[in-house]
Amino acid sequence: MSPGPTRTPGADLPEHPDFLWRDPEPKRSYDVVIVGGGGHGLATAHYLAKNHGITDVAVLEKGWLGGGNMARNTTIIRSNYLWDESSAIYEQSLKLWEGLEEDLGYPILFSQRGVLNLAHTLQDVRDSVRRVEANKLNGVDAEWLETDEVRKVCPIVNTSTDIRYPVLGATYQPRAGIAKHDYVAWGFARRAHEAGIDLIQDCEVTGFATDGDRVTGVQTTRGTIAAGTVALCAAGHTSVLTDMLGIRVPVQSHPLQALVSELLEPVHPTVVMSNAVHVYVSQAHKGELVMGAGVDSYNGYGQRGAFHVIERQMAAAVELFPVFARAHLLRTWAGIVDTSPDASPIVGRTPYDNVYLNCGWGTGGFKATPGVGWALAHTIASGEPHPNVAPFTLDRFVTGALVDEHGAAAVAH
Amino acid sequence: MQLIECPWCGPREEVEFHYGGQAHVPYPDAPAEVSDEEWAHYVFFRDNTKGRFAERWCHSAGCRRWFTAVRDTTTYRFERVRRLDDPGPHATELARARRSTAP
Ligand SMILES: Cc1cc2nc3c(=O)[nH]c(=O)nc-3n(C[C@H](O)[C@H](O)[C@H](O)COP(=O)(O)OP(=O)(O)OC[C@H]3O[C@@H](n4cnc5c(N)ncnc54)[C@H](O)[C@@H]3O)c2cc1C
Ligand SMILES: [Zn+2]
Repeated sequence: MSPGPTRTPGADLPEHPDFLWRDPEPKRSYDVVIVGGGGHGLATAHYLAKNHGITDVAVLEKGWLGGGNMARNTTIIRSNYLWDESSAIYEQSLKLWEGLEEDLGYPILFSQRGVLNLAHTLQDVRDSVRRVEANKLNGVDAEWLETDEVRKVCPIVNTSTDIRYPVLGATYQPRAGIAKHDYVAWGFARRAHEAGIDLIQDCEVTGFATDGDRVTGVQTTRGTIAAGTVALCAAGHTSVLTDMLGIRVPVQSHPLQALVSELLEPVHPTVVMSNAVHVYVSQAHKGELVMGAGVDSYNGYGQRGAFHVIERQMAAAVELFPVFARAHLLRTWAGIVDTSPDASPIVGRTPYDNVYLNCGWGTGGFKATPGVGWALAHTIASGEPHPNVAPFTLDRFVTGALVDEHGAAAVAH
Repeated sequence: MQLIECPWCGPREEVEFHYGGQAHVPYPDAPAEVSDEEWAHYVFFRDNTKGRFAERWCHSAGCRRWFTAVRDTTTYRFERVRRLDDPGPHATELARARRSTAP
Protein backbone atom coordinates (compact mmCIF):
# COMPACT_ATOMS: atom_id res chain seq x y z
CA MET A 1 0.00 0.00 0.00
CA SER A 2 1.38 3.37 -0.90
CA PRO A 3 1.41 6.03 1.77
CA GLY A 4 -1.32 8.68 1.55
CA PRO A 5 -0.56 12.07 0.11
CA THR A 6 1.98 13.80 2.33
CA ARG A 7 1.11 17.18 3.70
CA THR A 8 3.34 19.84 2.20
CA PRO A 9 4.40 22.22 4.93
CA GLY A 10 2.71 25.52 4.21
CA ALA A 11 0.02 24.02 2.00
CA ASP A 12 -2.62 25.30 4.40
CA LEU A 13 -1.54 28.91 3.94
CA PRO A 14 -4.14 30.97 2.08
CA GLU A 15 -3.38 32.76 -1.15
CA HIS A 16 -1.80 36.15 -0.79
CA PRO A 17 -4.73 38.49 -0.40
CA ASP A 18 -5.78 41.31 -2.68
CA PHE A 19 -6.07 44.71 -1.11
CA LEU A 20 -8.27 44.34 1.91
CA TRP A 21 -8.97 47.95 2.72
CA ARG A 22 -9.17 51.35 1.06
CA ASP A 23 -6.37 53.84 1.51
CA PRO A 24 -8.47 56.92 2.31
CA GLU A 25 -7.53 60.55 2.78
CA PRO A 26 -8.12 61.48 6.42
CA LYS A 27 -11.36 63.38 7.06
CA ARG A 28 -11.18 66.55 9.16
CA SER A 29 -12.98 65.05 12.09
CA TYR A 30 -13.99 61.69 13.61
CA ASP A 31 -15.98 60.61 16.64
CA VAL A 32 -13.15 58.30 17.63
CA VAL A 33 -9.48 58.50 16.67
CA ILE A 34 -7.36 55.47 17.48
CA VAL A 35 -3.61 56.12 17.45
CA GLY A 36 -1.72 53.03 16.33
CA GLY A 37 -2.65 50.49 13.67
CA GLY A 38 -1.34 47.40 15.39
CA GLY A 39 -3.50 44.50 16.48
CA HIS A 40 -4.89 46.34 19.48
CA GLY A 41 -5.94 49.44 17.54
CA LEU A 42 -7.47 47.38 14.72
CA ALA A 43 -9.34 45.06 17.09
CA THR A 44 -10.69 48.06 18.99
CA ALA A 45 -11.94 49.53 15.71
CA HIS A 46 -13.59 46.23 14.75
CA TYR A 47 -15.45 45.84 18.05
CA LEU A 48 -16.47 49.52 18.11
CA ALA A 49 -18.32 48.84 14.86
CA LYS A 50 -19.52 45.33 15.59
CA ASN A 51 -20.58 45.62 19.23
CA HIS A 52 -21.49 49.29 19.50
CA GLY A 53 -22.38 50.47 16.00
CA ILE A 54 -19.71 53.19 16.18
CA THR A 55 -18.15 53.62 12.74
CA ASP A 56 -17.11 57.26 12.49
CA VAL A 57 -13.66 56.05 13.47
CA ALA A 58 -10.13 56.52 12.15
CA VAL A 59 -7.16 54.33 12.94
CA LEU A 60 -3.99 56.38 12.41
CA GLU A 61 -0.78 54.46 11.77
CA LYS A 62 2.59 56.11 11.29
CA GLY A 63 3.97 53.19 9.27
CA TRP A 64 1.92 50.44 7.72
CA LEU A 65 -0.92 48.49 9.33
CA GLY A 66 0.33 45.72 11.57
CA GLY A 67 3.99 46.63 10.96
CA GLY A 68 4.93 47.21 14.62
CA ASN A 69 5.03 44.56 17.31
CA MET A 70 2.08 42.93 15.62
CA ALA A 71 4.41 41.72 12.85
CA ARG A 72 7.34 40.98 15.15
CA ASN A 73 5.96 38.80 17.90
CA THR A 74 6.25 35.05 18.34
CA THR A 75 2.44 34.69 18.30
CA ILE A 76 2.02 32.64 21.46
CA ILE A 77 -1.55 32.67 22.73
CA ARG A 78 -2.39 31.30 26.19
CA SER A 79 -4.38 32.29 29.27
CA ASN A 80 -2.60 30.44 32.08
CA TYR A 81 -1.90 33.54 34.15
CA LEU A 82 -1.87 33.36 37.94
CA TRP A 83 -3.98 36.27 39.14
CA ASP A 84 -7.75 36.55 38.73
CA GLU A 85 -7.50 39.94 37.00
CA SER A 86 -5.10 38.66 34.36
CA SER A 87 -6.77 35.33 33.86
CA ALA A 88 -10.10 37.11 33.28
CA ILE A 89 -8.88 39.19 30.35
CA TYR A 90 -6.59 36.59 28.79
CA GLU A 91 -9.16 33.80 29.09
CA GLN A 92 -11.93 35.92 27.54
CA SER A 93 -9.44 36.76 24.81
CA LEU A 94 -8.70 33.08 24.25
CA LYS A 95 -12.43 32.38 23.94
CA LEU A 96 -12.62 35.14 21.32
CA TRP A 97 -9.64 33.62 19.46
CA GLU A 98 -11.59 30.35 19.35
CA GLY A 99 -14.34 32.03 17.29
CA LEU A 100 -12.28 34.69 15.55
CA GLU A 101 -11.82 33.05 12.17
CA GLU A 102 -15.59 32.88 11.83
CA ASP A 103 -16.12 36.40 13.16
CA LEU A 104 -13.58 37.89 10.75
CA GLY A 105 -14.49 35.62 7.84
CA TYR A 106 -10.80 35.31 7.23
CA PRO A 107 -8.22 32.58 7.89
CA ILE A 108 -5.96 33.34 10.84
CA LEU A 109 -4.43 29.86 11.20
CA PHE A 110 -5.22 29.69 14.90
CA SER A 111 -3.67 26.41 15.96
CA GLN A 112 -4.47 25.16 19.46
CA ARG A 113 -1.43 22.96 19.81
CA GLY A 114 -0.97 23.57 23.55
CA VAL A 115 1.77 25.21 25.55
CA LEU A 116 4.23 23.67 27.97
CA ASN A 117 5.80 25.92 30.59
CA LEU A 118 8.79 23.97 31.86
CA ALA A 119 9.89 23.78 35.49
CA HIS A 120 13.59 23.31 36.23
CA THR A 121 13.90 23.71 39.98
CA LEU A 122 11.92 22.60 43.00
CA GLN A 123 10.66 26.15 43.46
CA ASP A 124 9.62 26.27 39.78
CA VAL A 125 7.66 23.06 40.39
CA ARG A 126 5.84 24.48 43.40
CA ASP A 127 5.05 27.77 41.65
CA SER A 128 3.83 25.89 38.60
CA VAL A 129 1.54 23.57 40.57
CA ARG A 130 0.14 26.59 42.36
CA ARG A 131 -0.54 28.30 39.04
CA VAL A 132 -2.26 25.19 37.68
CA GLU A 133 -4.61 25.13 40.69
CA ALA A 134 -5.31 28.87 40.35
CA ASN A 135 -6.01 28.37 36.63
CA LYS A 136 -8.49 25.58 37.38
CA LEU A 137 -10.35 27.76 39.86
CA ASN A 138 -10.67 30.38 37.10
CA GLY A 139 -11.96 27.88 34.54
CA VAL A 140 -8.71 27.90 32.58
CA ASP A 141 -7.64 24.49 31.28
CA ALA A 142 -4.37 23.57 32.93
CA GLU A 143 -2.55 20.43 34.00
CA TRP A 144 0.65 19.60 35.78
CA LEU A 145 2.75 17.10 33.78
CA GLU A 146 5.58 14.99 35.17
CA THR A 147 8.75 14.71 33.13
CA ASP A 148 7.74 11.52 31.29
CA GLU A 149 4.43 13.13 30.32
CA VAL A 150 6.30 16.17 29.00
CA ARG A 151 8.24 13.81 26.75
CA LYS A 152 4.98 12.40 25.40
CA VAL A 153 3.62 15.86 24.51
CA CYS A 154 6.88 17.06 22.98
CA PRO A 155 9.31 14.19 22.24
CA ILE A 156 12.16 16.49 21.15
CA VAL A 157 12.54 18.14 24.56
CA ASN A 158 15.70 16.96 26.28
CA THR A 159 14.34 15.31 29.43
CA SER A 160 17.65 13.77 30.43
CA THR A 161 18.73 14.39 34.02
CA ASP A 162 22.19 15.06 32.73
CA ILE A 163 21.73 18.69 31.68
CA ARG A 164 22.42 21.88 33.55
CA TYR A 165 18.75 22.62 34.23
CA PRO A 166 16.89 19.29 34.03
CA VAL A 167 13.18 19.36 33.17
CA LEU A 168 11.33 18.49 36.39
CA GLY A 169 7.89 18.76 34.81
CA ALA A 170 5.72 21.38 33.15
CA THR A 171 2.38 23.06 33.22
CA TYR A 172 0.32 22.30 30.15
CA GLN A 173 -2.51 24.33 28.66
CA PRO A 174 -3.96 22.32 25.76
CA ARG A 175 -6.14 25.19 24.42
CA ALA A 176 -3.14 27.50 24.04
CA GLY A 177 -1.44 27.87 20.67
CA ILE A 178 -0.33 30.21 17.92
CA ALA A 179 -1.94 32.17 15.08
CA LYS A 180 -0.61 33.84 11.96
CA HIS A 181 -0.16 37.41 13.17
CA ASP A 182 -0.24 39.17 9.79
CA TYR A 183 -3.51 37.48 8.92
CA VAL A 184 -4.97 38.49 12.26
CA ALA A 185 -4.14 42.14 11.54
CA TRP A 186 -5.46 41.92 8.00
CA GLY A 187 -8.63 40.13 9.13
CA PHE A 188 -9.44 42.85 11.66
CA ALA A 189 -8.50 45.57 9.16
CA ARG A 190 -10.77 44.09 6.50
CA ARG A 191 -13.77 43.93 8.82
CA ALA A 192 -13.21 47.45 10.16
CA HIS A 193 -12.90 48.74 6.61
CA GLU A 194 -16.12 46.98 5.58
CA ALA A 195 -17.87 48.70 8.48
CA GLY A 196 -16.81 52.10 7.06
CA ILE A 197 -13.88 52.80 9.38
CA ASP A 198 -10.94 54.72 7.87
CA LEU A 199 -7.59 52.98 8.21
CA ILE A 200 -4.99 55.64 7.52
CA GLN A 201 -1.41 54.56 7.07
CA ASP A 202 1.67 56.76 6.80
CA CYS A 203 0.05 59.17 9.26
CA GLU A 204 2.02 59.90 12.41
CA VAL A 205 0.46 61.66 15.35
CA THR A 206 2.89 64.44 16.26
CA GLY A 207 0.90 66.45 18.81
CA PHE A 208 -2.46 67.14 20.39
CA ALA A 209 -4.84 70.08 20.45
CA THR A 210 -6.30 70.44 23.93
CA ASP A 211 -8.96 72.53 25.61
CA GLY A 212 -8.76 72.26 29.39
CA ASP A 213 -9.15 68.63 30.37
CA ARG A 214 -10.25 67.56 26.90
CA VAL A 215 -8.30 66.77 23.78
CA THR A 216 -10.00 68.33 20.78
CA GLY A 217 -7.89 66.76 18.07
CA VAL A 218 -4.62 65.24 16.98
CA GLN A 219 -1.91 66.87 14.91
CA THR A 220 -0.53 64.52 12.31
CA THR A 221 1.91 64.46 9.44
CA ARG A 222 -1.23 64.66 7.29
CA GLY A 223 -2.86 67.61 9.01
CA THR A 224 -4.94 68.20 12.12
CA ILE A 225 -7.82 65.84 12.74
CA ALA A 226 -10.55 66.69 15.24
CA ALA A 227 -11.59 63.89 17.59
CA GLY A 228 -14.46 63.29 19.99
CA THR A 229 -12.50 60.56 21.75
CA VAL A 230 -8.88 59.49 21.42
CA ALA A 231 -7.55 56.02 22.21
CA LEU A 232 -3.79 55.51 22.42
CA CYS A 233 -2.76 52.06 21.15
CA ALA A 234 0.88 52.80 20.36
CA ALA A 235 2.57 49.98 22.33
CA GLY A 236 6.30 50.83 22.80
CA HIS A 237 5.83 54.42 21.64
CA THR A 238 3.12 55.27 24.13
CA SER A 239 5.25 57.50 26.31
CA VAL A 240 6.34 59.52 23.29
CA LEU A 241 2.65 60.41 22.95
CA THR A 242 1.83 60.79 26.64
CA ASP A 243 4.87 63.05 27.09
CA MET A 244 3.21 65.43 24.61
CA LEU A 245 0.10 65.40 26.79
CA GLY A 246 2.02 65.89 30.01
CA ILE A 247 0.78 62.54 31.36
CA ARG A 248 3.39 60.39 33.08
CA VAL A 249 2.96 56.69 32.46
CA PRO A 250 5.21 54.17 34.24
CA VAL A 251 6.34 52.22 31.21
CA GLN A 252 9.85 51.62 29.97
CA SER A 253 10.43 50.71 26.33
CA HIS A 254 12.85 47.87 25.70
CA PRO A 255 13.96 45.97 22.61
CA LEU A 256 12.64 42.40 22.55
CA GLN A 257 14.19 40.06 20.02
CA ALA A 258 13.01 37.01 18.17
CA LEU A 259 14.43 34.83 15.44
CA VAL A 260 13.49 32.13 12.98
CA SER A 261 15.28 29.16 11.49
CA GLU A 262 15.11 27.95 7.93
CA LEU A 263 12.10 25.79 7.00
CA LEU A 264 12.19 22.33 8.54
CA GLU A 265 9.98 19.26 8.47
CA PRO A 266 7.39 19.30 11.28
CA VAL A 267 9.30 18.26 14.41
CA HIS A 268 7.87 20.45 17.13
CA PRO A 269 4.22 19.68 17.93
CA THR A 270 3.46 22.24 20.63
CA VAL A 271 4.71 25.50 22.15
CA VAL A 272 7.46 25.21 24.75
CA MET A 273 8.43 27.99 27.10
CA SER A 274 11.05 28.02 29.78
CA ASN A 275 11.34 30.84 32.22
CA ALA A 276 14.49 29.62 33.92
CA VAL A 277 16.67 29.13 30.86
CA HIS A 278 14.64 31.69 29.01
CA VAL A 279 13.68 30.59 25.59
CA TYR A 280 10.33 29.95 23.98
CA VAL A 281 9.82 27.99 20.82
CA SER A 282 7.14 26.89 18.42
CA GLN A 283 7.21 25.73 14.83
CA ALA A 284 5.39 28.00 12.41
CA HIS A 285 2.89 26.62 9.92
CA LYS A 286 5.42 26.75 7.08
CA GLY A 287 8.06 25.02 9.21
CA GLU A 288 10.35 27.68 10.67
CA LEU A 289 11.31 27.32 14.29
CA VAL A 290 10.21 30.58 15.89
CA MET A 291 12.09 31.54 19.04
CA GLY A 292 11.90 34.43 21.45
CA ALA A 293 14.15 35.57 24.26
CA GLY A 294 13.94 38.06 27.11
CA VAL A 295 14.08 41.82 26.71
CA ASP A 296 17.39 43.60 26.37
CA SER A 297 18.12 45.24 29.72
CA TYR A 298 18.36 48.84 28.52
CA ASN A 299 15.71 51.24 27.23
CA GLY A 300 15.62 51.42 23.48
CA TYR A 301 13.58 52.47 20.49
CA GLY A 302 15.89 51.19 17.78
CA GLN A 303 14.04 47.97 16.83
CA ARG A 304 17.20 45.96 17.20
CA GLY A 305 18.86 44.37 20.21
CA ALA A 306 22.17 43.05 21.45
CA PHE A 307 23.81 39.98 19.99
CA HIS A 308 24.63 38.35 23.33
CA VAL A 309 20.93 38.04 24.15
CA ILE A 310 20.45 35.93 21.03
CA GLU A 311 23.57 33.95 21.80
CA ARG A 312 22.36 32.99 25.29
CA GLN A 313 18.93 32.16 24.03
CA MET A 314 20.39 29.86 21.37
CA ALA A 315 22.59 28.14 23.94
CA ALA A 316 19.52 27.42 26.05
CA ALA A 317 17.53 26.27 23.02
CA VAL A 318 20.18 23.84 21.86
CA GLU A 319 20.51 22.29 25.31
CA LEU A 320 16.76 21.87 25.61
CA PHE A 321 16.29 20.73 22.00
CA PRO A 322 19.44 18.95 20.85
CA VAL A 323 17.89 18.42 17.38
CA PHE A 324 18.11 22.17 16.78
CA ALA A 325 21.89 22.06 16.74
CA ARG A 326 22.05 21.75 12.95
CA ALA A 327 19.31 24.23 12.13
CA HIS A 328 20.37 27.41 10.38
CA LEU A 329 19.31 30.74 11.71
CA LEU A 330 17.56 32.70 8.99
CA ARG A 331 16.94 36.11 10.52
CA THR A 332 16.56 37.99 13.78
CA TRP A 333 14.70 41.19 14.57
CA ALA A 334 13.38 43.18 17.49
CA GLY A 335 10.26 45.03 18.47
CA ILE A 336 9.96 47.73 21.11
CA VAL A 337 7.85 46.63 24.04
CA ASP A 338 6.41 48.81 26.78
CA THR A 339 7.08 47.13 30.12
CA SER A 340 5.32 48.24 33.29
CA PRO A 341 6.57 47.85 36.87
CA ASP A 342 4.08 45.08 37.71
CA ALA A 343 4.30 43.33 34.33
CA SER A 344 0.63 44.06 33.69
CA PRO A 345 -1.09 46.33 31.18
CA ILE A 346 -2.34 49.85 31.80
CA VAL A 347 -5.76 50.43 30.25
CA GLY A 348 -8.45 53.00 30.80
CA ARG A 349 -8.88 56.61 31.78
CA THR A 350 -6.28 59.34 31.77
CA PRO A 351 -6.34 62.78 33.37
CA TYR A 352 -7.97 63.94 30.11
CA ASP A 353 -11.72 63.23 29.99
CA ASN A 354 -11.80 61.87 26.46
CA VAL A 355 -8.41 60.17 26.14
CA TYR A 356 -8.05 56.45 26.83
CA LEU A 357 -4.82 54.65 27.39
CA ASN A 358 -3.90 51.13 26.30
CA CYS A 359 -0.30 50.20 26.93
CA GLY A 360 2.09 48.27 29.13
CA TRP A 361 1.34 44.92 27.46
CA GLY A 362 5.08 44.47 27.24
CA THR A 363 6.21 41.12 25.93
CA GLY A 364 2.78 39.47 26.01
CA GLY A 365 0.05 41.53 24.40
CA PHE A 366 -0.51 39.65 21.14
CA LYS A 367 -2.59 37.02 22.91
CA ALA A 368 -4.79 39.81 24.31
CA THR A 369 -5.55 41.32 20.89
CA PRO A 370 -9.25 40.38 20.60
CA GLY A 371 -9.86 40.61 24.35
CA VAL A 372 -8.45 44.09 24.75
CA GLY A 373 -10.11 45.31 21.55
CA TRP A 374 -13.44 44.11 22.94
CA ALA A 375 -12.91 45.71 26.36
CA LEU A 376 -11.47 48.98 25.06
CA ALA A 377 -14.32 49.38 22.56
CA HIS A 378 -16.77 48.91 25.44
CA THR A 379 -14.86 51.43 27.54
CA ILE A 380 -14.86 54.02 24.74
CA ALA A 381 -18.53 53.44 23.87
CA SER A 382 -19.85 53.60 27.44
CA GLY A 383 -17.28 55.85 29.07
CA GLU A 384 -16.98 53.19 31.80
CA PRO A 385 -14.13 50.70 32.03
CA HIS A 386 -15.10 47.21 30.94
CA PRO A 387 -14.84 44.89 34.00
CA ASN A 388 -11.94 43.03 32.34
CA VAL A 389 -9.77 46.14 32.18
CA ALA A 390 -11.08 47.90 35.29
CA PRO A 391 -8.25 46.51 37.50
CA PHE A 392 -5.59 47.81 35.11
CA THR A 393 -5.93 51.52 35.79
CA LEU A 394 -3.12 54.04 35.78
CA ASP A 395 -3.87 55.03 39.37
CA ARG A 396 -3.05 51.57 40.72
CA PHE A 397 0.57 52.71 40.92
CA VAL A 398 -0.53 55.30 43.46
CA THR A 399 -3.14 53.25 45.32
CA GLY A 400 -0.84 50.23 45.43
CA ALA A 401 -3.49 47.89 43.98
CA LEU A 402 -0.92 46.32 41.66
CA VAL A 403 -1.57 43.19 39.58
CA ASP A 404 1.86 41.68 39.85
CA GLU A 405 2.25 39.07 37.12
CA HIS A 406 6.05 38.84 37.24
CA GLY A 407 7.02 35.21 37.43
CA ALA A 408 3.40 34.19 37.21
CA ALA A 409 3.40 35.26 33.59
CA ALA A 410 5.84 32.45 32.83
CA VAL A 411 8.35 34.62 31.04
CA ALA A 412 10.76 36.98 32.68
CA HIS A 413 10.20 40.55 31.59
CA MET B 1 28.77 43.37 20.59
CA GLN B 2 29.03 46.99 21.61
CA LEU B 3 31.96 48.28 23.64
CA ILE B 4 31.08 50.45 26.59
CA GLU B 5 33.64 52.82 28.01
CA CYS B 6 33.98 52.32 31.77
CA PRO B 7 35.31 55.61 33.15
CA TRP B 8 37.81 53.65 35.28
CA CYS B 9 38.69 50.63 33.12
CA GLY B 10 38.23 51.89 29.58
CA PRO B 11 36.31 50.14 26.79
CA ARG B 12 34.93 46.75 27.74
CA GLU B 13 32.34 44.41 26.21
CA GLU B 14 28.69 45.11 26.87
CA VAL B 15 28.17 41.78 28.68
CA GLU B 16 30.34 43.04 31.55
CA PHE B 17 27.82 45.76 32.38
CA HIS B 18 24.55 45.99 34.24
CA TYR B 19 21.88 48.56 33.39
CA GLY B 20 20.59 50.74 36.20
CA GLY B 21 17.90 52.83 34.55
CA GLN B 22 17.43 56.59 34.63
CA ALA B 23 20.11 58.66 36.37
CA HIS B 24 19.59 61.62 38.67
CA VAL B 25 16.35 60.48 40.28
CA PRO B 26 16.57 62.18 43.65
CA TYR B 27 15.42 60.48 46.85
CA PRO B 28 12.73 62.69 48.44
CA ASP B 29 14.27 65.41 50.62
CA ALA B 30 11.71 65.03 53.39
CA PRO B 31 10.48 61.44 53.15
CA ALA B 32 8.03 61.75 56.02
CA GLU B 33 6.22 64.60 54.33
CA VAL B 34 5.90 63.06 50.89
CA SER B 35 2.37 62.27 49.64
CA ASP B 36 1.37 58.82 48.36
CA GLU B 37 1.35 60.20 44.87
CA GLU B 38 4.86 61.60 45.16
CA TRP B 39 6.08 58.30 46.62
CA ALA B 40 4.47 56.43 43.76
CA HIS B 41 6.27 58.66 41.30
CA TYR B 42 9.58 58.17 43.05
CA VAL B 43 9.16 54.38 43.11
CA PHE B 44 7.48 53.54 39.81
CA PHE B 45 7.69 56.41 37.33
CA ARG B 46 10.75 57.04 35.19
CA ASP B 47 11.27 59.01 32.02
CA ASN B 48 11.19 56.89 28.89
CA THR B 49 12.99 59.26 26.58
CA LYS B 50 13.32 58.62 22.87
CA GLY B 51 16.72 60.19 22.19
CA ARG B 52 19.48 61.31 24.54
CA PHE B 53 18.95 59.79 27.98
CA ALA B 54 21.03 60.10 31.16
CA GLU B 55 21.23 56.73 32.84
CA ARG B 56 23.19 54.63 35.30
CA TRP B 57 25.36 51.68 34.43
CA CYS B 58 27.49 49.41 36.60
CA HIS B 59 30.66 47.71 35.40
CA SER B 60 29.48 44.66 37.31
CA ALA B 61 31.89 42.08 35.87
CA GLY B 62 34.86 44.47 36.09
CA CYS B 63 35.60 47.16 38.67
CA ARG B 64 31.99 46.88 39.95
CA ARG B 65 31.60 50.64 40.09
CA TRP B 66 28.55 52.65 39.03
CA PHE B 67 28.78 55.50 36.55
CA THR B 68 26.44 57.67 34.54
CA ALA B 69 26.16 57.68 30.80
CA VAL B 70 24.38 59.73 28.20
CA ARG B 71 23.13 57.30 25.61
CA ASP B 72 20.89 57.75 22.61
CA THR B 73 17.97 55.32 22.95
CA THR B 74 17.35 55.32 19.20
CA THR B 75 20.91 54.42 18.12
CA TYR B 76 22.05 52.90 21.46
CA ARG B 77 25.29 54.87 21.05
CA PHE B 78 27.01 56.01 24.25
CA GLU B 79 27.78 59.69 23.89
CA ARG B 80 29.45 60.29 27.24
CA VAL B 81 30.28 58.45 30.42
CA ARG B 82 31.12 60.05 33.73
CA ARG B 83 32.25 58.90 37.16
CA LEU B 84 29.85 59.53 40.01
CA ASP B 85 32.45 61.69 41.76
CA ASP B 86 32.63 63.93 38.72
CA PRO B 87 29.52 66.11 38.71
CA GLY B 88 30.14 67.35 35.18
CA PRO B 89 27.77 69.60 33.36
CA HIS B 90 25.58 66.87 31.93
CA ALA B 91 23.87 66.11 35.22
CA THR B 92 22.35 69.54 35.25
CA GLU B 93 22.02 69.65 31.48
CA LEU B 94 20.04 66.47 31.32
CA ALA B 95 18.41 65.96 34.68
CA ARG B 96 14.87 66.60 33.66
CA ALA B 97 12.78 68.83 35.82
CA ARG B 98 10.66 66.20 37.60
CA ARG B 99 7.31 66.39 35.98
CA SER B 100 4.19 65.73 37.97
CA THR B 101 1.06 64.20 36.53
CA ALA B 102 -0.66 66.82 34.43
CA PRO B 103 -3.08 68.40 33.94
C1 LIG C 1 9.87 39.82 19.60
C2 LIG C 1 8.52 39.89 20.24
C3 LIG C 1 7.89 38.71 20.62
C4 LIG C 1 6.62 38.75 21.21
N1 LIG C 1 5.99 37.57 21.46
C5 LIG C 1 4.72 37.57 21.93
C6 LIG C 1 4.02 36.35 22.08
O1 LIG C 1 4.53 35.26 21.76
N2 LIG C 1 2.76 36.39 22.57
C7 LIG C 1 2.17 37.56 22.93
O2 LIG C 1 1.04 37.52 23.41
N3 LIG C 1 2.79 38.76 22.75
C8 LIG C 1 4.05 38.80 22.25
N4 LIG C 1 4.71 39.99 22.06
C9 LIG C 1 4.08 41.25 22.47
C10 LIG C 1 3.05 41.77 21.47
O3 LIG C 1 3.59 41.79 20.18
C11 LIG C 1 2.61 43.19 21.87
O4 LIG C 1 2.26 43.23 23.23
C12 LIG C 1 1.40 43.64 21.09
O5 LIG C 1 1.59 43.41 19.72
C13 LIG C 1 1.15 45.13 21.35
O6 LIG C 1 -0.03 45.64 20.76
P1 LIG C 1 -0.17 46.14 19.24
O7 LIG C 1 -0.32 44.92 18.42
O8 LIG C 1 -1.23 47.13 19.08
O9 LIG C 1 1.25 46.89 19.07
P2 LIG C 1 1.94 47.32 17.71
O10 LIG C 1 1.71 46.35 16.63
O11 LIG C 1 3.33 47.71 18.02
O12 LIG C 1 1.05 48.62 17.37
C14 LIG C 1 1.36 49.94 17.76
C15 LIG C 1 1.34 50.76 16.50
O13 LIG C 1 1.33 52.13 16.83
C16 LIG C 1 2.02 52.81 15.82
N5 LIG C 1 2.40 54.14 16.34
C17 LIG C 1 3.27 54.40 17.35
N6 LIG C 1 3.37 55.74 17.52
C18 LIG C 1 2.52 56.31 16.63
C19 LIG C 1 2.19 57.67 16.32
N7 LIG C 1 2.74 58.71 16.96
N8 LIG C 1 1.29 57.89 15.33
C20 LIG C 1 0.72 56.86 14.66
N9 LIG C 1 1.03 55.57 14.89
C21 LIG C 1 1.91 55.30 15.87
C22 LIG C 1 3.22 51.90 15.53
O14 LIG C 1 3.78 52.15 14.27
C23 LIG C 1 2.57 50.52 15.62
O15 LIG C 1 2.16 50.00 14.38
C24 LIG C 1 5.99 39.99 21.47
C25 LIG C 1 6.62 41.19 21.09
C26 LIG C 1 7.87 41.14 20.46
C27 LIG C 1 8.51 42.43 20.05
ZN1 LIG D 1 35.24 49.38 35.32
